[in-house]
Amino acid sequence: MDILYNIFIDPFVQMGSAPDLLVQTLWEGLVSGVLYALIALGFVLIFKASGVFNFAQGIMVVFAALTLVGLYEAGVPAILALILTIGVMFVLAVGVERIVLRPLVNQPDIILFMATFGLTYFLIGFGELVFGGNPKVMITDQLYLPRGSVEFEMLGGFVSLQKIDITAAVIASVMVASLAVFFQKTRIGRALRAVADSHKAALSVGISLNQIWIIVWFTAGIVALATGIMWGARSEVSFALQIIALKALPVLILGGFTSVPGAIVGGLIIGVGEKLGEFYWGPLVGSGIESWLAYVIALGFLLFRPQGLFGEKIIERI
Amino acid sequence: MVRKLSTILATAVVASAAFAVPAKAQDSVYVPLFTYRTGPFSGSGIPIANGMRDYLTMLNERDGGIGGAKLILEECETGYDTKKGVECYEAVKGKNPVMINPWSTGITLPLIPRAAVDKIPILSMAYGLSASADGDTFPWIFNPPNTYWDGLSMIIKYIGEQEGGLDKLKGKKIGYVYLDAGFGREPLPLFDQLSRDLGFELKLYPVPADSMQNQSSQWLSVRRDRPDYMVMYGWGALNPTAVKEAAKINFPMEKFISIWWPGDDDLRSAGAGGKGFKTLNWHAVGTDFPALQDIQKLVVDKGLSQAQKNTLGEVLYNRGVYNSMLIAEGIRNAQQITGKKVVTGEDVRRGLETLDLNEARLKELGLEGFAGPIKLTCTDHNGHRPAFMQQWDGEKWVKISEPIEPMADRVKPLLEAAAKDYAEKSTGWPKRTEPCDKQS
Repeated sequence: MDILYNIFIDPFVQMGSAPDLLVQTLWEGLVSGVLYALIALGFVLIFKASGVFNFAQGIMVVFAALTLVGLYEAGVPAILALILTIGVMFVLAVGVERIVLRPLVNQPDIILFMATFGLTYFLIGFGELVFGGNPKVMITDQLYLPRGSVEFEMLGGFVSLQKIDITAAVIASVMVASLAVFFQKTRIGRALRAVADSHKAALSVGISLNQIWIIVWFTAGIVALATGIMWGARSEVSFALQIIALKALPVLILGGFTSVPGAIVGGLIIGVGEKLGEFYWGPLVGSGIESWLAYVIALGFLLFRPQGLFGEKIIERI
Repeated sequence: MVRKLSTILATAVVASAAFAVPAKAQDSVYVPLFTYRTGPFSGSGIPIANGMRDYLTMLNERDGGIGGAKLILEECETGYDTKKGVECYEAVKGKNPVMINPWSTGITLPLIPRAAVDKIPILSMAYGLSASADGDTFPWIFNPPNTYWDGLSMIIKYIGEQEGGLDKLKGKKIGYVYLDAGFGREPLPLFDQLSRDLGFELKLYPVPADSMQNQSSQWLSVRRDRPDYMVMYGWGALNPTAVKEAAKINFPMEKFISIWWPGDDDLRSAGAGGKGFKTLNWHAVGTDFPALQDIQKLVVDKGLSQAQKNTLGEVLYNRGVYNSMLIAEGIRNAQQITGKKVVTGEDVRRGLETLDLNEARLKELGLEGFAGPIKLTCTDHNGHRPAFMQQWDGEKWVKISEPIEPMADRVKPLLEAAAKDYAEKSTGWPKRTEPCDKQS
């Protein structure tokens, strides 16, 4: 009986008795969710353009952040370093298209997937060679990102919002909205969706596959840079950041691999769900449930929508 | 950049030269170093790897090795991954290594049963299985100068001192944030026992490896539970993130105390909020020691080190130096006991078991005042040495306490019971047959 009370009643009693903590938990979940969504967005972009799960997205986050901080440490002013990093991500996109993707046109998806494995290990090695393995401090102040927190007294307690988290939420929202418009309303966006459906068909109607791939990988690179800056500011810039990319997997399962809105909604559901779960139900089983709870939430949704919340229902004639 | 590339090339040349020399070459001993310069934990692994390698390289450069035997150094990259660590072990064990330094509790645990079979001593310096301090049960495992259980008992003792006595801990709440892996879980049995004995409430906040950089749930729980003190056993990115999160919820930093692993980089990453954070330590920071100056002159200045000059003397670099000092003394002792120049793993096991680093010997080594004396015996493979508390002042670590003795009366019975339990649960665990040597 106690177990049932602890599972079904007590968490809600806690929510009612300390509503400020509930609001704080929801906020932390939303911030985590937005940041997960940013990572998931990188995966979605590449998947939409090539039908390939880009295993390298996590290391792209690390590589972009390391490049930014590395350039700054080499004496380049912060804003110029930011611009140069965007340039580096463009060069990376061109390089990936020329060296990795172009020779693999029309190969099975699994071949392209394995190619992204190779790209991952190349970027790890190259990043360590150039920047070393030591953690670095994100240049938050130099990029004019705010520090500190805003605290509100409310609901009999207080809620603290970190300014960097507010900034992350705003930047992520703007990026997601821009990308949604870009893919839905522009000619390139439509071309990109055509490429995702069929390389051959897209080529036959005059769409430049190479150009599309460069655009998409470059966009994914910019998303990776934004993600790296935000996560780096919350912790440190190190190769540990690539582990965070794993958090995008349940978001993708939930939101669908091809949907930009799915990435953001999925991210928010996973972020809020895992924080609420860990905070209110975690102590019942010794805590530390976050890492698998996200998958349970995603799988729960899949029972009702196997294609994900916003994924396309694929019907293949057999 | 050019300098870095040239250093890497030089290292590659030196490494290939080392490979070219057979491990059993005349007048040389083979010392593999398990390191992690890559991966999620490289922030902690790099300074330790540099300190370890540089001290032994310095001995090669200054003294031609140890007792006339050149040290052949070979790093094996584990990435702090247990599977890779075991692969490294399998790769080096045929080359007659004089000992293994796994540098991970997770890697140490599967190597413990293999050590006796392969006759290779394991040196898990202040990490690994706490119970392996019992030399009668674990003749091939050494974990000086203190176990994780000693460390926890020192932290609780220190907290007790802050509160006016251990009896004042009754009714207090102590939180424990830790890496949810072998290392972080290691002190849980003692923590649980101490909470029952001393009457404090223990709150656990495990951090899975994939949440190291996203600990908001754990620290929200801390905010809800309002522990009086927080204790941390963290590694890699867990440490700076935890300090940042603690600052975020306004947890008083002087009541946030860690085991000895946070490094300078961790606190720099944490920013201004980390000021006041405390950790245990048992050796000095800084380079004001002849041995460290020899490293500077003979290794770093000659371009034989991968360390940046300004990182010499940082806490984790010096931790690596301390580790290699133990390696070197184990080899030297083995040479003295056996009269051989080229010693084996079996010899070095005896060397470690007779380790007696007193003040005079530390002075000879150019490390006077660097760390306290330590003596190992056949039964005690740890030493259970005291450690002191240090505090981050915003730029550097400052020693803030006298040495704190571990609670031997509470830790020892538990260690003995844990060792006995390990042996009973491990089918066919061998009884010790190795004879004891006299102290060198």
